[in-house]
Amino acid sequence: MAKKEYSFYPGCSSQKAASASNYQTSVNSMCDVLDVQLNEIPDWNCCAASIGYAGGGELPRLAMSARNMALSEQAHPDQDIVATCAACWLATKETQERLHNDGGLMEETNKALAEGGLTVKADQNIRHMVEVLIEDFGYDALGKHVTRPLEGIKIAGYVGCQTNRPFGIDGESFENPKYLDKLVETLGADPVNNYDRKVSCCGGALAFSEPEKSQALIKDIIEAAYDGGADMIVTPCPVCQLNVEAYQGQINKKYNTKFDIPVVYYSTLMSVAYGKSYKESGLDGQMIKAKQLDAIAKK
Amino acid sequence: MSDMNTAMVEKYRNSFLSEVEANVEEGEWVKMCMQCGVCSGSCPFGPYWDHPPQELFMMIRAGKREAVLSSESMWMCTSCYNCIARCPRGLPITHIMHGLAHYAKRLGLAPKNQQTMKFASIFWDNLTKKGRVNELQLGLKLYFMNGFVEGIKTALCMKEMGMSMLMTKRMSPMEYFGGHSIKDTKGLHAILKKAREIEEAKAKQF
Ligand code: SF4
Ligand code: SF4
Repeated sequence: MAKKEYSFYPGCSSQKAASASNYQTSVNSMCDVLDVQLNEIPDWNCCAASIGYAGGGELPRLAMSARNMALSEQAHPDQDIVATCAACWLATKETQERLHNDGGLMEETNKALAEGGLTVKADQNIRHMVEVLIEDFGYDALGKHVTRPLEGIKIAGYVGCQTNRPFGIDGESFENPKYLDKLVETLGADPVNNYDRKVSCCGGALAFSEPEKSQALIKDIIEAAYDGGADMIVTPCPVCQLNVEAYQGQINKKYNTKFDIPVVYYSTLMSVAYGKSYKESGLDGQMIKAKQLDAIAKK
Repeated sequence: MSDMNTAMVEKYRNSFLSEVEANVEEGEWVKMCMQCGVCSGSCPFGPYWDHPPQELFMMIRAGKREAVLSSESMWMCTSCYNCIARCPRGLPITHIMHGLAHYAKRLGLAPKNQQTMKFASIFWDNLTKKGRVNELQLGLKLYFMNGFVEGIKTALCMKEMGMSMLMTKRMSPMEYFGGHSIKDTKGLHAILKKAREIEEAKAKQF
């Protein structure tokens, strides 16, 4: 198969020594096996996430994502934009929708962009990495690269919010998307069936500002995974990953629980199953070690 | 009362709905709400909303300006998009919540110590300065956003998490001295300045 190329929007959390740098490591390894070339959008900026709204009004926030699209059009005009972060993907896709459907916004945004010497058409496809995997490859093709099946590991597919709503992945429902489960199966592991918290909210950015309320949500997400017999949780979103992994200590103190469940990315699982090393799979980035994956990766 | 707030009260004396339609992001959708209540049952922080989305929409129509704009409610939105996925009328509820929160803050009517407002403002300042988020500086500012003593408490409470993030190389102390940035910050700042100007000019027009 020929090499596939995409205009890549990595996002802030993927940067070196940032909270999802381990996500990026595993994505690189996964893409290496799949012969995917990610061409980084030159000088991309933050998408302002969902939480930028207090400081930034509508147009300044749209302008942030529009600048990224403009730079992508210049550098990689014939490629789809691909994001790995749910919030980046969502913000960019929403901006595109708004620019095309909302009266004068396209013109106003271009007026603003002109101050930075840019102009935007916003007509490139904007896709999440998961869409690329499912639509441009498909489960069968993804399965062909498995050299080390993840046998005997039970995994809860935690889809969360922003990779799922409002856009979601084609052919999946909002309330019970199954793609993570199918992917888990493709890699030789066992999905937790009927994982009832798979699309529940982790609190998102409000984990910082409303820690008590968010941690109550996170507790339910983890509890349901344990109830389903999960050894670990897999997610496509860096915010979900961080929230569900990092607060387990604090939740344990507060609720007297004994949570100690690893939370990994789909790309972590794929890298390990594809024969990549512990480091290449980003397993050194686990605050809660995924011991079963470590063992396979070190084989 | 802020000057802008006084001006808006003058201008829309008779209709808070028109004020929302003209000034709040996606506000023109509010009148489409048919009060079915589906959105209100969808918010993850549901019990903590004094007025869930459906109620806010009703209050806007009823002209309860103060009660809506000074409410903590829309600051409870986690951007989970459950409501948008489920609303039978297709209202962009998430964005209306963000829009109401932003407008309330601009008018100076948002609750003074609203934690998410503080956090979200710090976040915006952090990301627009260099075009990319500096997680370490953001984190430190957040710890101390409620003053020094609270900050030390939060920092202690977060100590273990911070240490494991350092150990796994998912945070870097070097970020304190600058860190990630885009190259063309000048261009970005010019774009944002213009975007703000256009938005302010529009608000005056209505
Ligand atoms: S779900 Fe839609 S129509 Fe129903 S109350 Fe909420 S906003 Fe109104
Ligand atoms: S996006 Fe906001 S308003 Fe909508 S259901 Fe989630 S928390 Fe409620």
